[in-house]
Amino acid sequence: MKKSLWAVWLGGAATLLTVLFGLVWVFPVYWMVVTSLKADTDTIVTPPSFYPNPVDFSAYTYIVQNSPILHWYVNSIVTSLLITFLVLILALLCAFALSQLDFPGKGWLYWVILAGFMIPFQASIVPLFLQMQKLGMVNTYAGVILPQLAAPLAVVIYKQFFDQVPRELGDAARIDGASEFRVLFGIYLPINWNITWALAIVTFIAAWNNFFWPFIITNNTNMFTIPVGITQVQSAYGVAYAKTMATAVMASFPTVIAYLLFQRRVTEGVMATAGIK
Amino acid sequence: MVAPFVVVYLWFLIYPSVQVLLMSFTNSDIAGRGNFVGLENYTRLLKDPLFWNALWNTLYFILLTVVPNTALGLIMAMMVIRLNWARRWVLAAFFLPNILPVSVVTNLWQWLLDQNFGIVNYLSKQSIGWFSDPVWAMPAVAVVTLWWTVGFNVLLFMAALQGVPDELYEAAALDGASSGQMFRYVTWPLVWPVTSLVLILQLIAQFKIFDQVYLLTSGGPFDKTTVILLLMYRSAFQQQEGGYSSTIGVVLLVIILVASFIQSRYLGRFRS
Repeated sequence: MKKSLWAVWLGGAATLLTVLFGLVWVFPVYWMVVTSLKADTDTIVTPPSFYPNPVDFSAYTYIVQNSPILHWYVNSIVTSLLITFLVLILALLCAFALSQLDFPGKGWLYWVILAGFMIPFQASIVPLFLQMQKLGMVNTYAGVILPQLAAPLAVVIYKQFFDQVPRELGDAARIDGASEFRVLFGIYLPINWNITWALAIVTFIAAWNNFFWPFIITNNTNMFTIPVGITQVQSAYGVAYAKTMATAVMASFPTVIAYLLFQRRVTEGVMATAGIK
Repeated sequence: MVAPFVVVYLWFLIYPSVQVLLMSFTNSDIAGRGNFVGLENYTRLLKDPLFWNALWNTLYFILLTVVPNTALGLIMAMMVIRLNWARRWVLAAFFLPNILPVSVVTNLWQWLLDQNFGIVNYLSKQSIGWFSDPVWAMPAVAVVTLWWTVGFNVLLFMAALQGVPDELYEAAALDGASSGQMFRYVTWPLVWPVTSLVLILQLIAQFKIFDQVYLLTSGGPFDKTTVILLLMYRSAFQQQEGGYSSTIGVVLLVIILVASFIQSRYLGRFRS
């Protein structure tokens, strides 16, 4: 079918419109970067300049020298990496058992795990906080990390993927005397590297971005994670948008890089978490 | 092998969820000291104008976000899916805000919508203090939420649209269907399962709104943006009322459970 000139013209216009829409959508992010590269006095001139002129890194050097942002960075990196690693390990073990082994109470356990999807942990924040206080975990890494491990999503996703692995693969290894751990880490995990990567990246981004729980469990400035800490910077500086935007750029750097490098994996992870494959 | 996960799961999710129900029948302070008071907290809640205000604000926020977020997600996905070389980049542009921490998003929008020096007021020649205006505060929070979260829905709709076989469009074209009819009779019915999923996921997520509101408006002006979780947070950590706060938690828990139950009942995510 030959397209008419009119249809070609219309298609081009729609493409142009879509690209423009995309540009408008990322403009706030562009504006964040541009503002962070201006001197504070240049951010409040009218008319505003749409590119930094001259490029000025003073906002960055100022916040690195005058706020605990590097400290928060370390806190965020440590807690997010540990959360990612532990969530995956716990989920691997649990999902493998649910998928491959027989033990009493299995059906019941899976039901409880599925039911956990519906429970918003925010609703029970008061008893959870009390519990952490009794354990002496307020303002500790353990306090930030532990409740974030109680997420059933990775378990359910892994179970669905393990269910699809042909049984013969594991049975062959078992006949040769391999333990269940060898079967899991030697066969089931390598077959599912793709979803493991996707889950790892999505879990890392979610842990890095989590605001509510670290906000509740930390009140010592040195224990803040990045998303909690940067709210302090803003209230401390008042109207100093170059500095606020510089902290924002630094705070989003790791997740933005992770996304741009692993865009396809993030998409896979999002699909898996929403139950669409 | 299940033990490590099960211990963490019961300890940090299930146990607190049971505990919150028990605490809602006590007059505990935030250290957990208190006595059993029966249904006192619940009768107080029903008479508390702050609670009804928070519930109304939450529903208003839901009204402003759930359907617009879903509709915009579908429209954006339909725009992106027909692209060739630009598809990857435009999709990345739509999804990028989604991976920013919430406080980055709120700091950024406080700057964009700054009353005196914000780019939005400059370009539109307004001087509205978006987050401090009683009328505009909630819609402004909703717009920020939309910008931040719609990319997630775009991804889901992209997957759904890719599942629509090309032959159906070709057949419809041969029958002389207009593009409006194609959407109505081909795209829409096939995308509906994902649409309903997105709607209910949005509904559940927006009932739990806290972060953006707390960071952008702190519930103001005049409690116009105080939502359920914010009220719960305040009564727990500012008024030190562990028991009453737990009661608000239980109400939230019940609402979410009902919504999730509807989801699993009608959408059967894990039907096996």
